[in-house]
Amino acid sequence: MRIVPLLASAAVTTGLVYYLNTSHKIGGNNAPPFGTFLSPQHGFWQNAEPVNADYNADLKLPQLKGKTEVYFDDRLVPHVFAEQENDAYFVQGYLHAKFRLWQMELQTFAAGGRASEIIGEKALEHDREFRRLGMVYAAEIALNELEKDPVIKAQCDAYTEGVNAYIETLTESSLPVEYKLIGYKPEKWSNLKTCLFLKYMSYDLAAREDDMEMTSARSYFSADDFSKLYPSLQDSLDPIIPKGTVFEKQKVFPVAPPGADSVYLNNKVASIAGIGKPDRDNGSNNWAVSGSKTKSGAPILCNDPHLGLNLPSLWYEIQLSTPNFNAYGVSFPGAPGVIIGFNDSCAFGFTNGGRDVRDYYEIKFKDDSRQEYMFNGQWQKTKFRVDTIKIKGAASFIDSVAYVQLGNDWCPVMFDKSFGGVRINNHAYYAVRWKAHDPSNELRIFNMLDHAKNYADYQAAVTNLHTPGQNCVFACKNGDIAIRTQGEWPAKWKGQGDFVMPGTDTAYLWQGMIPQDEVPFQYNPERGFVSSANQKPVDDSTYHYYLGRDYPVYRGIAINRRLREMNGITPQDMMALQTDNLDVCAQMLQPLFLANIREAELDAAGKKYLDIYRQWNCRNDAGSKGSTVFERWWHAFEGLVYDDDYAKAPKGSMRPFLSTLVEAILKDSAYKFLDNVNTPQTETLADDITAAFKAATAELQKLEAEGRLDWEKYKATRINHLAKLAPLSRLNLPIGGGNNCINATKVDHGPSWRMVISLTQKTEAYGVYPGGQSGNPGSKFYDSFVDQWAAGKYYTLWMMTKEEVNDKRIIGKMTFSN
Amino acid sequence: MKFFVSLLLTALLSFAACLYLPWWSIALAAFLVAALVPQKPFRSFLAGFTALFLLWGGLSFFISRANEHILAHKISLLLIKSDSPYLLMLATAFIGALVAGLAALSGSYLRKSRA
Repeated sequence: MRIVPLLASAAVTTGLVYYLNTSHKIGGNNAPPFGTFLSPQHGFWQNAEPVNADYNADLKLPQLKGKTEVYFDDRLVPHVFAEQENDAYFVQGYLHAKFRLWQMELQTFAAGGRASEIIGEKALEHDREFRRLGMVYAAEIALNELEKDPVIKAQCDAYTEGVNAYIETLTESSLPVEYKLIGYKPEKWSNLKTCLFLKYMSYDLAAREDDMEMTSARSYFSADDFSKLYPSLQDSLDPIIPKGTVFEKQKVFPVAPPGADSVYLNNKVASIAGIGKPDRDNGSNNWAVSGSKTKSGAPILCNDPHLGLNLPSLWYEIQLSTPNFNAYGVSFPGAPGVIIGFNDSCAFGFTNGGRDVRDYYEIKFKDDSRQEYMFNGQWQKTKFRVDTIKIKGAASFIDSVAYVQLGNDWCPVMFDKSFGGVRINNHAYYAVRWKAHDPSNELRIFNMLDHAKNYADYQAAVTNLHTPGQNCVFACKNGDIAIRTQGEWPAKWKGQGDFVMPGTDTAYLWQGMIPQDEVPFQYNPERGFVSSANQKPVDDSTYHYYLGRDYPVYRGIAINRRLREMNGITPQDMMALQTDNLDVCAQMLQPLFLANIREAELDAAGKKYLDIYRQWNCRNDAGSKGSTVFERWWHAFEGLVYDDDYAKAPKGSMRPFLSTLVEAILKDSAYKFLDNVNTPQTETLADDITAAFKAATAELQKLEAEGRLDWEKYKATRINHLAKLAPLSRLNLPIGGGNNCINATKVDHGPSWRMVISLTQKTEAYGVYPGGQSGNPGSKFYDSFVDQWAAGKYYTLWMMTKEEVNDKRIIGKMTFSN
Repeated sequence: MKFFVSLLLTALLSFAACLYLPWWSIALAAFLVAALVPQKPFRSFLAGFTALFLLWGGLSFFISRANEHILAHKISLLLIKSDSPYLLMLATAFIGALVAGLAALSGSYLRKSRA
């Protein structure tokens, strides 16, 4: 009988096929199904793109109105020439999907609180937080707004159709490799996803506040200490709009509620048992110099937005050329248009405004059912939004979020008894009033900027920008330069929104928005340049509205100091400035630290490191050891100064901003907090500085033994793959820079796109971003710009013309027609 | 001779099937060839095994070579924690070979049991 071996071998074969066709947990990680994943005709091998891949294609798509030609240059930048404007957006969507689909979808899943669908239960907290913050709610409002605008709706529809036209071509083998690794398939794109992506940018840029952490700190420190720890103005501030500027007459008059001083600003009762939240430090630089300061006589505009560094990159370089405009720059995979770049007439760029546009109100519900809440002396009916969060490998989680109407605005009660997120655990009810919930039409800005011909067009474009508020820089071939600290900003009374506010009546609500004609701006200023580096936009002793406390100071000082000195500027000078590693904060502190260190108390190792520091030029260059010495020294010093004072403060209390301690010791060597409250004697500045140095010495010795004393090795800048897979990331990049340098390259955060545009007759443009045009880890274009970026070098940006179709830089041509 | 015929047939049929069907169609191909071309069970196994070892090994090698092994370096680190494109090709070849070999064995037994 052969039937037994037949059945046996058939069973073994089937079992093996089944095993190889399902995913397994190996070493705690989900491994992809090996059969599917390794099959050379289906799996990851299909993503191993030939290094000389052919990008030529001729596509017929009935959605198109005319003909579009796409020329890929040798950096895989597409130059899109469309007969019809909306076809250009269709093709942009197609190209974004072709090269970046996985990232586009992941970002919208993260934005919409759907990450659990892909990576399972570990993303549930994230998903709940995002849904409770009202990310989907905000995106739906934005979609509604977008659909009222026929131009933008048509633009978005075309873009979405383009993305979907590509998705429809996908087969098992052509799926991006991450889908194969994780084991899922892409959905159809939609305009809502574009809105979700834009709200994700709002989350990244306009969700910066420390209300819980400040509330905790306020509950512990005396009013006097509090004002010393969290001052609202830094002496060294060089604001975006120079001091002495006269502002438009005030038209909105926010008034603090009666009693706010005692019940709110100095209220020591309300404390939040906080857990603390991760630091968020998105910053950027931009500036423009007028022709009077340049060698060519034409303005130069520069921008380097500092964001989280990831692979695939947030940015995708593109040229869009249509009968109505011709623009070049970086775009967001997920949205149509050029976001930061230039056209035939002008250039534009952004830095984050960083103002607090997210406040919390404590809500009083009648009972735990949250059905009714107290507002203006009456019980009001709550609305509920019930979210079903699907979870890979587990049952769905159903979350019901209460929405309460505060004034005119429905706000989600983000924190309640069932959810404290990573920030609070006091089971209170906090509704969030976030500017990003308000209707706005961000895509209109970029559409209008791409078409802009002059200052009036720029102004008309950027005033559409509500949230995330940005410092919008502009330069034009006619010689104009400008900057506008743009946004729709709540007009706040002093201290409003620094802490969690009472939400039982209208008293503490935002009382209006700052009128657009009171938004500070500069147009062709006398000094011949405009600039911003996320510092406080204006000197608020003269501006009418409260702007909050925490803004980075030092990059702004460094940029303005250099721009004032510079003349006969060339684009190369500007590249050198963008990649400048001088730490002005360290420079201010160096004499003070050297004057106060008691060298006699140091051991041999300490003396050696002190010598390194003494010789240090305050530049955080690659190879610098002084930077590492100072970094560890400052870190130990800050701890010595404040740790004792915060030991009994509620957990998660806000710590002072960097500039607070710097300014305090520069101006007052008897700064109160230098003393360690746990010792009988009174510590002095020299005591703390010396003790900190001794503590740092031990760490520095350890670092030196590990071969990590050089700044770039200590800092170890990396660009993570979005799924944090190390082999798909770039680690330990040899690059200098740091928090207070113009080149603000930190561990995994830094200049995400460096751009220098000289607006000469024929535009001279340079740029680089830490990534590559292809999102496919199997493509040579995946990370092809990273080394150039790390070396501080740029590429020439080629605004191609239709006459240059035979240029030798072109490696492929795609045509799209109906 | 039969060995080489079935080896070649298995490889060709697997390749063609995988253009349209999921990866496990290699098992169907090997099974079918073994059921049609009479051989001793072990020789059928060996023909199926060798066919897919060569096919998957060869395909992954040529794809990866054209890619200058960019992706294979990364995936080998991810999957087998060792930077070894060739080991990854070997693993690919072996998995395909084992499935096809076993399927061919079953095909061969089917023929025998019907005979």
